[in-house]
Amino acid sequence: MNKLVNRRRVLRGAAGITVGLPFLDCFLNSSGTALAANNAQLPVCFGTWWQGLGMTPGRWVPDKVGPGFEMKVEMRALAPFRDKMNIISGTKYFMDGRPLETHTTGWQIGSTGRIPLGINSGPSLDSQIADVIGTKTRFRSVEISLDGGTQSFSKRAGSASNPSEGSPSKLYARIFGPEFRDPNAADFTPDPKVMARRSVLSYVQEERKDVMKQLGAADRARLDEYFSALRQIEQQLDIELQKPAPLAACTVPTAFGDTKAGRDIVEAGKNSKLFGGLLAHALACGQTRVFNINVGAGGLRKAGSTQGWHSWTHEEPIDEKLGYQKEVTTFIEWGNETFAEFLRQLEGVKEGSGNVLDRSVILWQSDHGIARTHTMDFLPILTVGKAGGRLKTGLHVSAAGDPATRVGLTMQQIMGVPVSTWGALSNETTKTVTEIVA
Amino acid sequence: MKFTVRLLSGVAVAALSCGIAFAADAPAEVDTSTVARRLTADEYRTIIADVFGPTIELGGRFEPELRVKGLLAVGTTHVSVTSAGMEQYDVMARAIASQVVDAKHRDLVPCKPANEKAADDACTGMFMAKVGRLLYRRPLTDAELKIYVGAARVATNDTKDYWSGLSMSLAAMLSSPKFLFRQVAIVQDPKSGQWRMEAHAKAQQLSFFLWNAGPDLELLAAAEKGDLETKKGLTKQVDRMLASARVEAGVRAYFTDSLGFDEFDTLTKDAALFPKFSAQAAADSQEQTLKTIVDLLLTNKGDYRDIFTTKKTFLTQELASIYKVPLVNDGPNGAPDTWVPYEFAKDDQRGGILTQVAFTALHSPPGRGSPTLRGKALREVLLCQKVPAPPAAVAFDIVQDTNNPLYKTARERLKAHATNPVCAGCHKIIDPMGLALENFDGAGAYRTSENGAPIDTSGSLDGVNFTNAAELGKAIHDNPATSSCLVSRMSSYATGRPIDTGTPWAQDLLKSFAGAGYKLPSLMREVALSDEFFRVSPPDTKAAEAAAPNQPAR
Repeated sequence: MNKLVNRRRVLRGAAGITVGLPFLDCFLNSSGTALAANNAQLPVCFGTWWQGLGMTPGRWVPDKVGPGFEMKVEMRALAPFRDKMNIISGTKYFMDGRPLETHTTGWQIGSTGRIPLGINSGPSLDSQIADVIGTKTRFRSVEISLDGGTQSFSKRAGSASNPSEGSPSKLYARIFGPEFRDPNAADFTPDPKVMARRSVLSYVQEERKDVMKQLGAADRARLDEYFSALRQIEQQLDIELQKPAPLAACTVPTAFGDTKAGRDIVEAGKNSKLFGGLLAHALACGQTRVFNINVGAGGLRKAGSTQGWHSWTHEEPIDEKLGYQKEVTTFIEWGNETFAEFLRQLEGVKEGSGNVLDRSVILWQSDHGIARTHTMDFLPILTVGKAGGRLKTGLHVSAAGDPATRVGLTMQQIMGVPVSTWGALSNETTKTVTEIVA
Repeated sequence: MKFTVRLLSGVAVAALSCGIAFAADAPAEVDTSTVARRLTADEYRTIIADVFGPTIELGGRFEPELRVKGLLAVGTTHVSVTSAGMEQYDVMARAIASQVVDAKHRDLVPCKPANEKAADDACTGMFMAKVGRLLYRRPLTDAELKIYVGAARVATNDTKDYWSGLSMSLAAMLSSPKFLFRQVAIVQDPKSGQWRMEAHAKAQQLSFFLWNAGPDLELLAAAEKGDLETKKGLTKQVDRMLASARVEAGVRAYFTDSLGFDEFDTLTKDAALFPKFSAQAAADSQEQTLKTIVDLLLTNKGDYRDIFTTKKTFLTQELASIYKVPLVNDGPNGAPDTWVPYEFAKDDQRGGILTQVAFTALHSPPGRGSPTLRGKALREVLLCQKVPAPPAAVAFDIVQDTNNPLYKTARERLKAHATNPVCAGCHKIIDPMGLALENFDGAGAYRTSENGAPIDTSGSLDGVNFTNAAELGKAIHDNPATSSCLVSRMSSYATGRPIDTGTPWAQDLLKSFAGAGYKLPSLMREVALSDEFFRVSPPDTKAAEAAAPNQPAR
């Protein structure tokens, strides 16, 4: 019991008001100077945008490789971002003789680099990155779905994925609700209730840990997930108990009411814009540095139509005159317009001479290349943002026949994850996309 | 810290400093425990309502569940808690705990603190021991109780408020893995050396299966007296539980899981095409199927196989408009939510749960019906036959163009599709059953034609021919796979591990199920009395070494 009491004393010290504690190091640059308006010194952020069902052959891959490429018709909405983004075309997900779970296997390879054996899988790349850049923020990562569901492709390990938030107003409450501490507030008093919660958590931790001593290996691995989740709660409380470093660009966004969640693309588009604005503020206020957006393409639909995006991809005939699926292409264009509007929201929050998008990178991936025939090749992959100068942009890279995992490996390396190889079997790669690395 | 429990002896009490009764006589050390199932959302809700009353609101959301081998129950042995999920458990725990100590519910605490601005270990201990036993489904150990009493004390010191200190300690207990996961403690029999489930673990195994709830006080007492170790004592408890009205919750939980009703949460129907399929109709349709099943299998102690043929059901006004039947309802104001018993005519196509809206609408995409999805669900859910996933690189467009004047009905479109040999093999086993349900559109309403062409509902199942949905129901009723599939799925559901139809236990269960006239309660009783139901694996010695004593797991 002495151990507990000691821990608690330490904690009470830490919770004291201005006991000369250093600011959390996430608000410091590498030389330790406090951050001002200079955007170059702000930390990098990482996001994923998972939009299923691929794109239409001939309607997205630029003819020209390298800089100065033209935007094809399905990519039109993203034209204003051409010089801030890269297009990587021609990559594949390799099956290695395993059966194809359509619309599942692609996500598994795209997010974890491999097809898991059984239910448990390794961590997704965003959580590997969050372990490096997201450990000192209030939220290690934020998951969002545009179709109102709870699914995400972000997982630490095992079989549970981080649930997505489908409602912008609920996400607002989670980030900017009563527990939000404004980094620019003049005075700071730790909330005694938060202090008490923190005390209780350290008091009971031994009780929780003795569960582990009785479990077999598989169950221990599962409970490891529980304990890392618990540590994150502790960390959130610790952050709430310390005076945050001022962040000049941080402002609290205006609250808004409930919106309609659902699979109607009009509503999903509206929600996406709200989510984008919220995230931009959350990043500017240092609340998180990693986010994952699941568009949930399969279930999205237009009101009054007998079919949704997914069933159209399989069942719409190729228009004889046009040479492509007319209805499907409108959904893809909608997806890219929605993505462009989301990016505009990130650009909208200015930080010194730059904005939130400049110090971020967002990885856009899909489950199939051509959804009509469930292809695992011709995959569209985009990256948007310069990641605070770590990425070159404005390039089209043709990587025909290469594993898509090259892009995931590149993202992890530029974010500081110590990996030299990523993926399994044919999806394993040591080759980054060197063209885009600054 | 070892979890000690008392086995097989009478009621002995060790008094803690704060005067709490706690059983600690003749302890058998439990060094190990096995598969920890995460509580389902329903189990969590039920435990909270049982312990703190039905007026407590949860105020959070649960992590998505995972379906493994066709059952969420099997998935519970695989899922953990993610960080965003933990945040939600924490939100719920605090919401629940603050309600428990609010002025409205404070009488749940069996004592008053001497001073509301200071800690009171004795009162806290009394309360935490009482609720801890129900939340952990076993008595708290001495050490656990001390920790929660201490936690309340430090929180009270910080907040200068006894009640908020108590509530924070309770919130911590509600987000402990010992509450959120169903651990199964195992003990070694000193004589035989065999490992078996510890008595409290047995009790929760029983109560979650039969009642979809934690053990009640009587069952906990029986566990502590050692009753569950004897056939006689176990039988007494199982029969008591099966006779209780709470068994309905257990039966509903099984069928909700098995029929995949969680998918209703994300089911959408296009309002323009199916104006009658409102959110209320969706909720009513699940309830209709569950009511039909409960009425037949529990109230009337009927034959399980009759759920595929019974003409008896229950309807609300919402459903009656989809079924296009006149519903006489003499309740106040037409009482639209009232359930009225209804019996379809003998020659009606409707009959059995397959023809009900819940089945036909759930296994259809938003804007139309789907013989393939329905046929696949029939094979997998009701007959336990695995249908392979569609292969890669196949085009569907030529055949499923609903505007193609050559192929007006789903049967014609699928026939064209199945000329592709890659697809034909599977569609041959899926489609005939699904096509028999083509008289029901994407939202479950009856129709006889599609795009102006008459619908042909004939087909065959494992050699038995049928011409319409009612005859399909009869064919499912008579198919031997129907009852063996229920046995397999229900035993998998009960144990949380997949039990195939061919295993000796499933075979034995099937024999006695058939012998008892396919009565569901008799199957549940047989499962609950089986050694297999309580079977445990010996401890994983490697893990025990890894978690060597004196080294806190980090």
